[in-house]
Amino acid sequence: MSSPSLSANPLLSTWLDFATPGRVTAHMGKSELGQGVDTVMVQVVADTLGVDVARIDIQAPDTATGPDENFTAGSLSVPHSGTALLLAAANARQLFLAAAQRHLGSTDVTLEDGTFHSPSGSTTYWDLDVDTDVTVDPEIPLPPSSGTIGSSYARIDLEAKITGQPSYLSDVRLPNMAYGRVIRPAFRGAIGVNVDREEFLQRASVVDVVVDGAFLAVIADTEIVAIKTAIDVADSAQWSGEPSDLTDDEVSGFLTTVETDDTLLAEGESVNPNGDAHSARYSRSFIAHASIGPATAMAHFDGTVLEVWSHTQGVYPLRRDLARALDIDEHNVRVRHFQGAGCYGHNPADDAAFDAAYLSLRVPNRPVHVTWTREDELSWGPFGPAMVVSISATTDDTGQITTWSWDGFGNGHSSRPSTLPTPSLLGYSHLADRPAIPPSGDPPLAAGAGTGRNSIPGYDIPSVRAVAHRALEMPMRASAMRSLGAHMNVFAIESHLDDLAEKHGIDPVEYRLHHLSDHRARAVIETVAAQSGWGTPVAEDRGRGIGYARYKGLGAWCAVVAEVEAIEEVRVTGLWIAVDCGRVINPDGVENQIEGGALQSLSWTLKERVRFSNGVVTSDTWEDYPILTFSEVPPVYTTIIDRPDEKWLGAGEASMGPTAAAIGNAIASALGIRVRDLPITSDAIVAAMGD
Amino acid sequence: MSQTFTVVVNGEQRSIDADPSTALLWALRDAWGLTGTRFGCGAGSCGACTVWVDGVPTHSCDTPLWSVDGKNVTTVEGLSEQGPHPVQEALIKHQAGQCGYCLSGIVMRSAAAVDQARAAGNPMGEDDVRQCLDGHLCRCGAHNRIVRAIVEASEG
Repeated sequence: MSSPSLSANPLLSTWLDFATPGRVTAHMGKSELGQGVDTVMVQVVADTLGVDVARIDIQAPDTATGPDENFTAGSLSVPHSGTALLLAAANARQLFLAAAQRHLGSTDVTLEDGTFHSPSGSTTYWDLDVDTDVTVDPEIPLPPSSGTIGSSYARIDLEAKITGQPSYLSDVRLPNMAYGRVIRPAFRGAIGVNVDREEFLQRASVVDVVVDGAFLAVIADTEIVAIKTAIDVADSAQWSGEPSDLTDDEVSGFLTTVETDDTLLAEGESVNPNGDAHSARYSRSFIAHASIGPATAMAHFDGTVLEVWSHTQGVYPLRRDLARALDIDEHNVRVRHFQGAGCYGHNPADDAAFDAAYLSLRVPNRPVHVTWTREDELSWGPFGPAMVVSISATTDDTGQITTWSWDGFGNGHSSRPSTLPTPSLLGYSHLADRPAIPPSGDPPLAAGAGTGRNSIPGYDIPSVRAVAHRALEMPMRASAMRSLGAHMNVFAIESHLDDLAEKHGIDPVEYRLHHLSDHRARAVIETVAAQSGWGTPVAEDRGRGIGYARYKGLGAWCAVVAEVEAIEEVRVTGLWIAVDCGRVINPDGVENQIEGGALQSLSWTLKERVRFSNGVVTSDTWEDYPILTFSEVPPVYTTIIDRPDEKWLGAGEASMGPTAAAIGNAIASALGIRVRDLPITSDAIVAAMGD
Repeated sequence: MSQTFTVVVNGEQRSIDADPSTALLWALRDAWGLTGTRFGCGAGSCGACTVWVDGVPTHSCDTPLWSVDGKNVTTVEGLSEQGPHPVQEALIKHQAGQCGYCLSGIVMRSAAAVDQARAAGNPMGEDDVRQCLDGHLCRCGAHNRIVRAIVEASEG
């Protein structure tokens, strides 16, 4: 077995710590984002060590004490961290067992909840003196599972959240804490601000009013005063600069005409879109992370060391970007993860960390707590990139697809900390004389690509060509959002496939199976077809559609059937999902992730679009950026195909693309109208009628 | 212009000197350390900050202090005197959440409805629960679990 997390952090002692009697601490480099990763890691460690789950403590990511596992992203926490902890625990168990045998003078030793028993006596993990500063052997035979892996354990953190106990970084209060609020520029393109600092500094409890270029903030002794003062400062601030004039309606045209960096992802032959090919163009708007809790951070500077608490996805990359943004030696910066509200990609958590860090330098020896406003969360965080995709495909007389060509246009899907030439932290980019955030990049194809994620269809097609055209200017700041390009690409590919099936008069499920030899792909499609009653009649005004993809071409297989009702507006009435993510650690956790992903994708696909004009994002409230409501949520029926002998593949993003595709195909089935531009609102359906 | 406001929070008298327009939410979180009530939007649009004012579910983020002076406020910390409320028990049993940030507001909204339903011996159906929660946003997609849990809690 192998794991990049283990290769980067090969010592057993980096992962597991037995110092506290009766307890085992597992050090994480991946963050609990609300996805439940901490709980499954507890299961992995407990099962493999042979101790009860209640003995395992999780140490959140921390640059001072924990492994560097880069980012918590790409549905890789279980494959990477899980494998690392599995191997670390298996090595620990073998070392401690050998020590126990020596100590007890017997090879007849059994293990029960951390205690090694022999006829002559017993000892424990905590009584034995074993050197754990050893390299983890990745080839070690694994001990038999007790069944803890594979069982639906309750989340270790959920009860505290349901009962309202302090759980999030926003709930942390330290002695002598100051509260910061940043006032963002009135428009994009602002380079400076004029504000009467002295007026506000006279207010009781106001500690500082910070002006640096287009970075404007207040620091106060209480959060109430910080909030009130920030509102008043914003009202009186005079911003200078020229707003950009692009509007969201113009984005598709912009992305297909701006200078691009092109990457050939698949080298098949070119397809003449004007010949016999079926050709179409698809698009998606910018979409927002829209977490229910705005970004929060806390920082403390003692004159030498800067300590930052953040709900970041990567404590080490954030540390690197903070160090270069603030010109502090990286080793004098400590970043610690603390849980925030749900995270679905590169949201403003890292930006808030910069805000708190920068403000903490103004008030040494005082912790500074920063929380963003709802409006800033919806308008100043990175967005999931807008995309335009063109597909051309030819078929033979039997319907077999012979050539396929994909061109994807859009901004790169990552501007994460420390991945760009200059820091990608919002507040830094607003400081005087600092560079703007550079255009976002894309991960390489071997890591799943970005714009090109799932651009290569998982079907048996003799010739596939795929070219990603990454835009070198950003109309809006773009970065990673759950499943990256897969949401758009799977929607586009699967819409195109249904068009071809219809052209040849072949049932969509049959058509897909005709192009699939991979038995795990066939299994999810056949399972979801059976579960959903595919082929049986649907009610009047309703339609049924299918979507399928193997995430990144490397991860979990997932097929979704959607049923929609289209009368005055489109309503999804049911989702059926079959997923194969390899060996399952926690079935209930997988179901929660798969269903949650499907419902979030439903929301993106039918409702969500970032609106902007004159350098201002206007969709900055829940009224202007509506997301799925309880009454709009359909029943979801998920079937997990467990493969206990296969590798862990991750489950967080597998259902995003197939759900969007299934909904699009169900709408086409119900209405006879193919909508190719997301979101599929009533306006988009009317616009598509003319196509 | 600061004024003194007194609110009975979870049975305890609390006071604060603040601008009358200050939202109840920030008095709870900032002045009185009751962080179980979450900040989501500041505009009464997401439900994360829901508390009871004189027993009525209310958005604390856009409820000014002047309007609750002398009233009784119940937060998630004071919802139940002995152990979790039946709604909380059911949410835990159904593992109804992912990030959990929306849940304390959902608990406060649905506990009021469930208490009524149980008193009347009239359990809530799924549609009743969805309507009850339409002012509450969940981004993780845990809606169906939450609905199932609350229906079960309302059955008593």
